[in-house]
Amino acid sequence: MLKRTTGEKIFAVFNYIILAIAAFACLVPMLNVLAISFSSSSAAAAGYVRLWPVDFTLASYKYALSKQEFLQSFLVSMRRVALGYIVNMVMTISIAYPLSKEKSTFRARNYYAWFFIITMMFNGGLIPTFMTVRKLGLLDKIWALVLPGAVPVFNVILLMNFFRELPKEIEEAAYIDGASHWTTLFRIYLPLSLPSLATISLFVIVGHWNGWFDGMIYMNRPKNWPLQTYLRTILINPDLNHYQTSSEELAGMREVSERTFKSAQVFLGAAPILAVYPFLQKYFMKGLVMGSVKG
Amino acid sequence: MAGNKKWIRELPLHILLIPGVIAVFIFNYIPMFGIVMAFQKFVPAKGFLGSEWIGLDNFRYIFNMPNIWNVIRNTVFIAVMKIIANLIVPIIFALLLNEVRKNAFKRTIQTIIYFPHFLSWVILGGILIDVLSPTSGIVNEFIGLFGIKPIYFLGDSKWFPFTLVFTNTWKEFGYNTIVYLAALTSIDPTLYEAAVVDGAGRLKQTWHITLPGILPIVTLMTVLSLGNVLNAGFDQVFNLYSPSVYSTGDIIDTLVYRIGMVEAQFSVSAAVGLFKSAISFVLVVISNKLANKYAGYRVF
Repeated sequence: MLKRTTGEKIFAVFNYIILAIAAFACLVPMLNVLAISFSSSSAAAAGYVRLWPVDFTLASYKYALSKQEFLQSFLVSMRRVALGYIVNMVMTISIAYPLSKEKSTFRARNYYAWFFIITMMFNGGLIPTFMTVRKLGLLDKIWALVLPGAVPVFNVILLMNFFRELPKEIEEAAYIDGASHWTTLFRIYLPLSLPSLATISLFVIVGHWNGWFDGMIYMNRPKNWPLQTYLRTILINPDLNHYQTSSEELAGMREVSERTFKSAQVFLGAAPILAVYPFLQKYFMKGLVMGSVKG
Repeated sequence: MAGNKKWIRELPLHILLIPGVIAVFIFNYIPMFGIVMAFQKFVPAKGFLGSEWIGLDNFRYIFNMPNIWNVIRNTVFIAVMKIIANLIVPIIFALLLNEVRKNAFKRTIQTIIYFPHFLSWVILGGILIDVLSPTSGIVNEFIGLFGIKPIYFLGDSKWFPFTLVFTNTWKEFGYNTIVYLAALTSIDPTLYEAAVVDGAGRLKQTWHITLPGILPIVTLMTVLSLGNVLNAGFDQVFNLYSPSVYSTGDIIDTLVYRIGMVEAQFSVSAAVGLFKSAISFVLVVISNKLANKYAGYRVF
């Protein structure tokens, strides 16, 4: 390692401090709302709560978890993630494999590739897509949240590029041994692609968990809303709240207020992502670099 | 190889593609054809084929709307500001992070700054509405320490576009930082050693080696973002705006939503959407051509 001059040492110290402050600042909004969610309503109203709970209480969480609508939409989200995950992964793999072949092995390859790429550059837009989903009778069905995005083209490209970087010799050897495409895909490609599949899995799961707009336009009945759509009516647009989170109900509770209740729900909505993020972010980073910095 | 045998060998590949082709045809291509409704007086009961054709009337209607140019200007302004912020902030962060020698520290910072990217704008909207509140928010409490009067970041039309750009950068800059950092670590270390032998200090090294080293990837990311000049970020704006900031915060996508889903003027909404898609399509094609020419980039 090269020796550092005094100036460089001073710079290094400042650099650590600046980065630490900036990263901390990024966390402050979350920490503040988290602290409020664990504080009593009076402490939150008085403005005492900054980054640490005041009058620690779990009352807001207990109240949120006792609400029928919250649990219902939580379940809709779980179903959506499960179904969406299966559909997205099957589609991604079954499209990425043929497209990873050279034109000499798969003559129609480029026609198919363009068929999918065009959808990244042009789409029908909100209203024609909505009309199509409606015409198919999917409104208020869980499939409306799964099928319109069944083919995640970006993920297909990610996996296709990964397949293409696998050594050609493996595939050729398998072919000479008489292996079919099915064997090649299931016995060779997929086991070798686990890091890439993990990355894509996470993108898919996070994407489905975070989806709120499709729930808002395709689901007329509040009982069919996924969690993020339900949370939107609570957090962003209380006047449109079909459930009318009753202020009277809250007024009867000593420790919960509108504000602490909202804060608790923010964190319950983000909880699954918070839970997996620390373990899985290394895959994300790898997958991200893999997908974007190929020249 | 005989043509017949080759076809049999290819058959499983076609079979694998069938479900994907059907799904994309139904949910992407049919709506693309459905865009003909922009030239119709669309009535849902009559469908795409049965509705009355009215030529360019919907487009004439749009461009006579009093707020349309305002909305277009807001869209471009917000989108371009976001592109610029998302270029500069990540480069600075990547340069600073690249100087860090303790890997654990580096990883921790990356993990923290990348995190907001994974939260939805509903969740972040809930958080921002609370922390940016002029009466009880922690942000106004903090700037109050410096004697600044509370600012209504989400309700004041002067501040709103800048709040959008700032909060969007907060959510997304971690992503680009990691991309640039990967490019920085792939610079040949012998270049730095040679520079030290030649007597170049850190600043000179940064200027003459580091920045030129990441220039290709910076160019690529910038050129590709050109396609987003009309994407000001529906998810964000829709969850943060309110009628009091429409004058500076209403964008094409939110207008399409309100005309179509709230006012049920389907054809007008589709026409605005088509106008945007057409321009975006041209921009994407140009940006991809440029990216290919200057950085050898290919989509597939």
